[in-house]
Amino acid sequence: MERIPILRMGSFLLVTIQVDMHDRLALQLQDDLTERIAEWGSTGVLIDISTLEIVDSFIGRMLANIAAMARVLDAETVVVGMQPAVAITLVELGMSLSGVRTALNVESGMELLYELRGNFRPESEDEISQA
Amino acid sequence: MSKLPEIIRRHEDQIRSSWLKEVNNAVRRTDLMSDKEFQIQGRELLASIAEGAESGDVSHLDGKAWNHARELLTSISATRASQGFKPSETATFVLSLKQPLFQSVRKELSGSPDAMFEELWNTTLLIDKLALITTDAFLATREQLIIRQQQEMMELSTPVVKLWEGILALPIIGTLDSARTQVIMENLLGAIVQTNSRVAIIDITGVPTVDTLVAQHLLKTVTAARLMGAECIISGVRPQIAQTIVHLGIDLGQITTKAKLADAFALALQKSGRSVIRNSNGTAPVAAPKKTETPRGE
Repeated sequence: MERIPILRMGSFLLVTIQVDMHDRLALQLQDDLTERIAEWGSTGVLIDISTLEIVDSFIGRMLANIAAMARVLDAETVVVGMQPAVAITLVELGMSLSGVRTALNVESGMELLYELRGNFRPESEDEISQA
Repeated sequence: MSKLPEIIRRHEDQIRSSWLKEVNNAVRRTDLMSDKEFQIQGRELLASIAEGAESGDVSHLDGKAWNHARELLTSISATRASQGFKPSETATFVLSLKQPLFQSVRKELSGSPDAMFEELWNTTLLIDKLALITTDAFLATREQLIIRQQQEMMELSTPVVKLWEGILALPIIGTLDSARTQVIMENLLGAIVQTNSRVAIIDITGVPTVDTLVAQHLLKTVTAARLMGAECIISGVRPQIAQTIVHLGIDLGQITTKAKLADAFALALQKSGRSVIRNSNGTAPVAAPKKTETPRGE
């Protein structure tokens, strides 16, 4: 079955959506992501949707849900690279995703996560304890 | 069967000359139109009316027989609208045809009052309808002009300017309606992607009034920008507008608002980790030109 890969970068997770997002795939991602966060104890999730061109209210709600679920598991979610047309569509659908943090691209998204959570690498915990 | 076509054909020359004389007296605009041009128009129009009346129904001008007359009138009317004629002057051009036609009908049918009355009625219907076509065409031309100007205004009035690395400004001038908001939103979001900007300042100094609809449009734009990862600051809120916003009970939510564009710019600089300092000699205030992005929170 088709899956969206979830990459582990230290204590953060990186999800890049590069295929057409259909409903089952979205639900699968939701399952996988919550599982990974719990398993690896991740503190940040970065979802890159720069190649996503079509959204509907379901995908919008899924993004909001993922962010809410991650928060319950003590992880921050940042959605990056939303295209103008997608943003306009979501606003017209009345979805402001008020619980989701956003950034322009992966770089500034990582920066934001770093700012929010500090420890990017697992080693950094040692550094903090040494200091 | 109407006798009008026959009457027109028989008295064509006479009708034309007295019609043109009539128009000359009423609404001749030598400043807008040459004599020769005017003569040609009159002749062509009368010929097309005679043609229509001959082969078609006088009281229904939708038919094929009247195509030529309708097209001619529409084009004359459109030309006049762009030349600067008044609507009444253009309508009078057609309505002046009434008297010459009446005279001809009277001359022809003076023997039988009943027939004469019927023909007069037909003539009145015909001329009125022609005049209405003229007015419609005139207004349509004006309408097109207005639409074109609106489009031009929309394109002119939504520039997105880059104030600094990562800071955009969007000065809005004029009333915000749905169509304009759409254009503004698209421009702004496009510019955010292009310039990789984190802060966008929407300046509403040039927006005359803010009602619930305008506020809603602003909120939409700000939300869309936020979804893409840029923060919006609304500046140029005049005291009256602040009062209106509160009186109308509009909730601007989490959006930062500033009274002046300068304040918003200062905030934007601060948010991106920059500051403006004054040189030690105190003569030339210079912004600290930091080319490299300093990560926030450091």
